[in-house]
Amino acid sequence: MTNTDRERHRERETAFYLFTQQRLPACKPVLTPAWVITIFLFTGFIFIPVGLVTLRASRSVVEIVERYDTECVPEPFRIDKVSYVQDDSIPKNCSLSLKVRKYMKAPIYIYYQLDNYYQNHRRYVKSRSDRQLLHGWKYHATSSCQPVEFNNNQPIVPCGLIAWSLFNDTFTFIRERAELKVNRKNIAWKSDRDHKFGKTVYPFNFQNGTLIGGGKLNPRIPLSDQEDLIVWMRTSALPSFRKLYGRIEEDLDADDVVVVHLMNNYNTYGFGGKKKLVLSTSSWLGGKNDFLGLACVFVGSSSVILAIVFMLLHLKSRR
Amino acid sequence: MAGGRRRKLALSKIYGIACGKASFKEDHSQIGRPGFSRVVYSNEPDCFEAGIRNYCDNYVRTTKYTAATFLPKSLFEQFRRVANFYFLVTGILSFTRLAPYSAVSAIVPLIIVIGATMIKEGVEDWRRKQQDIEVNNRKVKVHQRDGNFHYSEWKNLRVGDIVKVEKDEFFPTDLVLLASSYEDAVCYVETMNLDGETNLKLKQALEVTSSLNDDYNFRDFKAIIKCEDPNANLYSFVGTMEFEEQQYPLSPQQLLLRDSKLRNTDYIYGVVVFTGHDTKVIQNSTDPPSKRSKIEKKMDRIIYLMFFIVFIMGFVGSIFFGVATENDLENGRIKKRWYLRPDSSEILFDPKRAPAAAIYHFLTALLLFSYFIPISLYVSIEIVKILQSIFINQDIHMYYEEADKPAHARTSNLNEELGQVDTILSDKTGTLTCNSMEFIKCSVAGTAYGRGVTEVERAMDRKKGSPLVHEKLKVQNHIEDSTDINPTIKGFNFKDERIMNGNWVDEPCADVIQKFFRLLAICHTAIPEVDEDTGKVSYEAESPDEAAFVIAAREVGFEFHKRTQTSISLYELDPVSGRRVDRLYKLLNVLEFNSSRKRMSVIVRNEEGKLLLLCKGADSVMFERLAKGGRDFEEDTREHMNEYADAGLRTLVLAYRELSEDENKAFNEKFTEAKNSVSADRETLIDEVADQIERDLILLGATAVEDKLQNGVPDCIDKLAQAGIKLWVLTGDKMETAINIGYACSLLRQGMKQVIINLDTPEIQSLEKTGEKDAITKASRKSVLEQILQGTAQVTALSAMSEAFALIIDGKSLAYALEDDMKKMFLELAIGCASVICCRSSPKQKALVTRLVKSGTGKTTLAIGDGANDVGMLQEADIGIGISGVEGMQAVMSSDVAIAQFRYLERLLLVHGHWCYRRISSMICYFFYKNITFGFTLFLYEAYASFSAQPAYNDWYLSLYNVFFSSLPVIAMGVFDQDVSARFCLKFPLLYQEGVQNVLFGWRRIVSWMFNGFYSAIIIFFFCSKALEHQAFNHAGKTAGLEIFGGTMYTCVVWAVNLQMSLSISYFTLIQHIAIWGSIAFWYLFQVVYGFLPPSFSTNAYRVFIEALAPAPSYWLTTLFVVIATLIPYFLYSAIQMRFFPMYHGMIQWIRHEGHSNDAAYVEMVRQRSIRPTTVGSTARRVARSTHQR
Repeated sequence: MTNTDRERHRERETAFYLFTQQRLPACKPVLTPAWVITIFLFTGFIFIPVGLVTLRASRSVVEIVERYDTECVPEPFRIDKVSYVQDDSIPKNCSLSLKVRKYMKAPIYIYYQLDNYYQNHRRYVKSRSDRQLLHGWKYHATSSCQPVEFNNNQPIVPCGLIAWSLFNDTFTFIRERAELKVNRKNIAWKSDRDHKFGKTVYPFNFQNGTLIGGGKLNPRIPLSDQEDLIVWMRTSALPSFRKLYGRIEEDLDADDVVVVHLMNNYNTYGFGGKKKLVLSTSSWLGGKNDFLGLACVFVGSSSVILAIVFMLLHLKSRR
Repeated sequence: MAGGRRRKLALSKIYGIACGKASFKEDHSQIGRPGFSRVVYSNEPDCFEAGIRNYCDNYVRTTKYTAATFLPKSLFEQFRRVANFYFLVTGILSFTRLAPYSAVSAIVPLIIVIGATMIKEGVEDWRRKQQDIEVNNRKVKVHQRDGNFHYSEWKNLRVGDIVKVEKDEFFPTDLVLLASSYEDAVCYVETMNLDGETNLKLKQALEVTSSLNDDYNFRDFKAIIKCEDPNANLYSFVGTMEFEEQQYPLSPQQLLLRDSKLRNTDYIYGVVVFTGHDTKVIQNSTDPPSKRSKIEKKMDRIIYLMFFIVFIMGFVGSIFFGVATENDLENGRIKKRWYLRPDSSEILFDPKRAPAAAIYHFLTALLLFSYFIPISLYVSIEIVKILQSIFINQDIHMYYEEADKPAHARTSNLNEELGQVDTILSDKTGTLTCNSMEFIKCSVAGTAYGRGVTEVERAMDRKKGSPLVHEKLKVQNHIEDSTDINPTIKGFNFKDERIMNGNWVDEPCADVIQKFFRLLAICHTAIPEVDEDTGKVSYEAESPDEAAFVIAAREVGFEFHKRTQTSISLYELDPVSGRRVDRLYKLLNVLEFNSSRKRMSVIVRNEEGKLLLLCKGADSVMFERLAKGGRDFEEDTREHMNEYADAGLRTLVLAYRELSEDENKAFNEKFTEAKNSVSADRETLIDEVADQIERDLILLGATAVEDKLQNGVPDCIDKLAQAGIKLWVLTGDKMETAINIGYACSLLRQGMKQVIINLDTPEIQSLEKTGEKDAITKASRKSVLEQILQGTAQVTALSAMSEAFALIIDGKSLAYALEDDMKKMFLELAIGCASVICCRSSPKQKALVTRLVKSGTGKTTLAIGDGANDVGMLQEADIGIGISGVEGMQAVMSSDVAIAQFRYLERLLLVHGHWCYRRISSMICYFFYKNITFGFTLFLYEAYASFSAQPAYNDWYLSLYNVFFSSLPVIAMGVFDQDVSARFCLKFPLLYQEGVQNVLFGWRRIVSWMFNGFYSAIIIFFFCSKALEHQAFNHAGKTAGLEIFGGTMYTCVVWAVNLQMSLSISYFTLIQHIAIWGSIAFWYLFQVVYGFLPPSFSTNAYRVFIEALAPAPSYWLTTLFVVIATLIPYFLYSAIQMRFFPMYHGMIQWIRHEGHSNDAAYVEMVRQRSIRPTTVGSTARRVARSTHQR
């Protein structure tokens, strides 16, 4: 072998040469039956246990859901619920009693659930000003907030439809005559409180106009502490959603009866939306939803079945 | 140069060109009128009159853009594409309030994409510019003043300059020849770059200027040339030269064209008449047609389909939106969805103007669903194609080491078309053959000599592989080895120890052999050129086969070394004395070759005073001219000639006769009389006279010359035939030659039915004599039609018996066959035949045939050629391949891919073509899949957002999807994916049919991929929305808002499309891994980084990943589950297909995977299954022969 030959040989070994000749070392998987069956079985053996664990987590959650939008309208007003809810002169008090079927371990999360409420409508989603929320009324470029931008030539803080339509039903919980402590702190994401809602920004000129939408805000509390607002302003993904109201930090025993006194202020009657009150414990996975667990088990077992069918077909018809 | 005038021989006389005084013709009266207004002041380019005419300079520009026009022109080019225009419109609309996302996020990807394409355009144009600079800066000697010539750049030449061009240089402009190194001012010109003809053309200056053959003569030279305006006609030139107050007519005979080359002449002087873009060759060059591949055309249709889908979705959405919006306000007062403030709404959402709102929504929807049309598709495809062409250029197996020429894909946008070729239209000379003739065999006195092996025999033997052949091969190798010591002689491949080295004197018929080679040494029109230092003789001949004869004679010992106008001198071996003697033959008459005579003769007187008529010609005319006593070896010779012809060799019969003085005298009188006659039928008269003397010949033998095929041509053709590609040969050669080559490359074989269409019937010939054009045309048309119909009838009748047909048609008939009313029938006939050979076809006919095949069959055609006469064909075909073997660059310049040798076509098509086709088609399918998957989730989400066009994802997620998170893997696939390795591609040529039948890019496949996209989107959306419904998302009880839902769904989409990619490719190198896993990893990285930007920028994605998604098991679990559930159906589908209904590449993957590739018998079995019975190629020939023998 001469020198040039050796050089050439060496050159042929370099990765670049192999690259240009499209001969880089490569893995060339072929979907052989063995691989297919292994993969299906593997999927099955992963998904069935995962599904079962998920299902168990979901089942371990105790949840009480109570719809109250109709019940809380007194019988005479049920023909025209909208005018009932819009009439400030009529008291909106309402009581519900919830029966606890299973032991619920603290913390018990309180949610309100709205159905058929399009918080994800584009007009609605866009109608806010993140900068104003952070910097207050000094920030003027709030055109995105229209039509809830100014009132009496004064800027509205917080502006926009989302804030304007703040949910304002309130709940108090009584068990055996004693009021249950409801913790309403830390219900919003920390990053929102710290970085998106100003600590020195106070509500200003809010719900002051002729058209009152939803809840009012205490003008002496900075926005970063108005957690109800912060939760509300994270718009929901789908027209049916829950939002966190607070936490009950006492356990509830089975057969306890919890009486809820609520103020039925919020108007969902105009668009036929439902209002529900939800008490729920949580697992490591979150709330109660069997879908993921069931679907995992289903996909896992289908995989196993497919593996078997494929194997049978494969054995039956030899190539 | 001292020896410049050493040749006193007036070459013009040998060729018999009309060098009498040129006369003014009627054309010349037009000088000075419109169209003939050019005035050239020779040798005074600076004078005032020349200045006011302001002819263009000699700078030739081939670039598309200049610095000034680049931006507007290339932008225009970009936005001419429908998809890009759409993106421009959406980009502009995104600045209005209609946009569902921020304008910047929409416009940035567009800028990236358009910018990348423009950079590519710029780089390509820059390269062209470099080429221009190289050409324009070539140097040539120009007359400065006082008879001094200095080198100057081509670009500086002006009209009227006197230039001196030296041997083997190109002419820098169109010149009028003034004088040359020859006394009679002739020069030889090679016009290969113009018309592809390799034979030299003779040009001659006017007699008055022929004495200006030295530099100092030009000191005071002045002449005014008036001539026609620049035009594209290469073969016409009308002008006059005013020299020394006399007018002389100028004709094409004096015009030297740019890009042709001076040969065999030491130097010439010429005056520049046309410069730069005025030159005939540049006037002739049309803009190369921009070709687009079928796949890309289909892709456009897919894009239109996508537009349609987008419109439908937008329309449906708008209706629902309009209805929902109108319902918000009942009776103009009651607000249903009060939280949307329907009472004080802008027009976009105003219930009172719901129809208008719906229309605006439609526009918004078009913006939102623009993600259905992959913005990066074009640019990705361009990138991929450029990289693919780099691979083609780099392929070491297509690198021709001898000439240092790699393959060169000149246009990258046809790569995938290489994988779909149905018909190859090939030139012959220089493409299939090397355009060199080799004397290889001969039959003398009934004995066959010559042990040389032709390329065809070699190919056949390799295939057979029988032990007997191996032995034979060994012997051959042995012989080859022994002769390899001697330097090989161009044009001579004759190996036979019985003849060589003077051994022929011991053969039984030594006298016949002597006569045979002597005839070869005398009967020709070649000119010897003696190298003064070594004494070696080389020859300039009109055609390479003639040169081969003279060389053969020289090698055997009959060295032709001197020609004068009246004599030919040979060094001969005297068999008696055994010494080399110089013998002189007086040349009395030359009866030239022409296509109707098919023979040539010379009459010479030898030193003994005997008169000899030496004649060589085609067997069809020669055997009938033999004397009764001259047929001794006729039978043997015929048999040998048949063998030679079957082996693809060109044969000629040699014969002679002795003439008596009287005969010669009588002949000479008649012949001179005929030659001097001026009537129109002068040619016929000469032929008749010659015919009378060329009789009663005595047969000497036959020669066999190999029109040498390029290396590996028969093998390559065989492979292409196995791949199901049809090969048509379009050649300018005569029918016999073409048929020979047909045999040589196994397109024809014995036992194949030949359908020959020509116009050599007696009726037409007799009509031609009358000269009535109309009658000839009519009769010819009728005859061609009849022959076509007959052929078709034959083919249909016998095709059932799997009889193979070959169609051979000549140029004249082709002219009629290509007429509108007949071409369909002709095409039908041609498709029915296994091989098609068109001979004597002009460049235009080649192009027409190509067009006919292209438009008639609708299949992809590939044209391959090397000469300028193939340019039309190359440009007309879907793909033009130029052979960059010899010097002519014209074909290469107008080709799409240039390769050095025909045999590389095999690898180019079967390997690169197949890969590129597969890559591009999978890539496009995948592109639409991934965009549908993404886009349709948007639509589904919109449906759950009251059709308000609210996107599910953050603005920047939206716009970067196509750019970052899904583009690299698809590019990696487009560049690197290999279903089957190169080795297997070549081993199983039928794999190529996947491209020809377009199975990988049929509508079924495209629609299935789209369906896969819709299906994936549906699974992803509904599973995500079910899994994240309204319950708490994490253990801290927080619920999932829009940002969490969007983030999760987006993650699922990114995973799904990237894993889908890894399922659909079959070749994972490190690059694929990096691209696929890198894209996914980049998505997570992006979320983190983007989430840390201030909320005013990241809006609702602020810290979502770090704070909400990453710590939540639901997020990961949902991702895992949704992604797997999305992919299972496709996985199942491809598993079942691979196992139970594998496509052809699947089968090959099986073979490789199961390790059967070393199991020869098994592979052979699958191969047999794969190779369909071919009707052409050496395999078919072998099979045919073996069945015949049985």
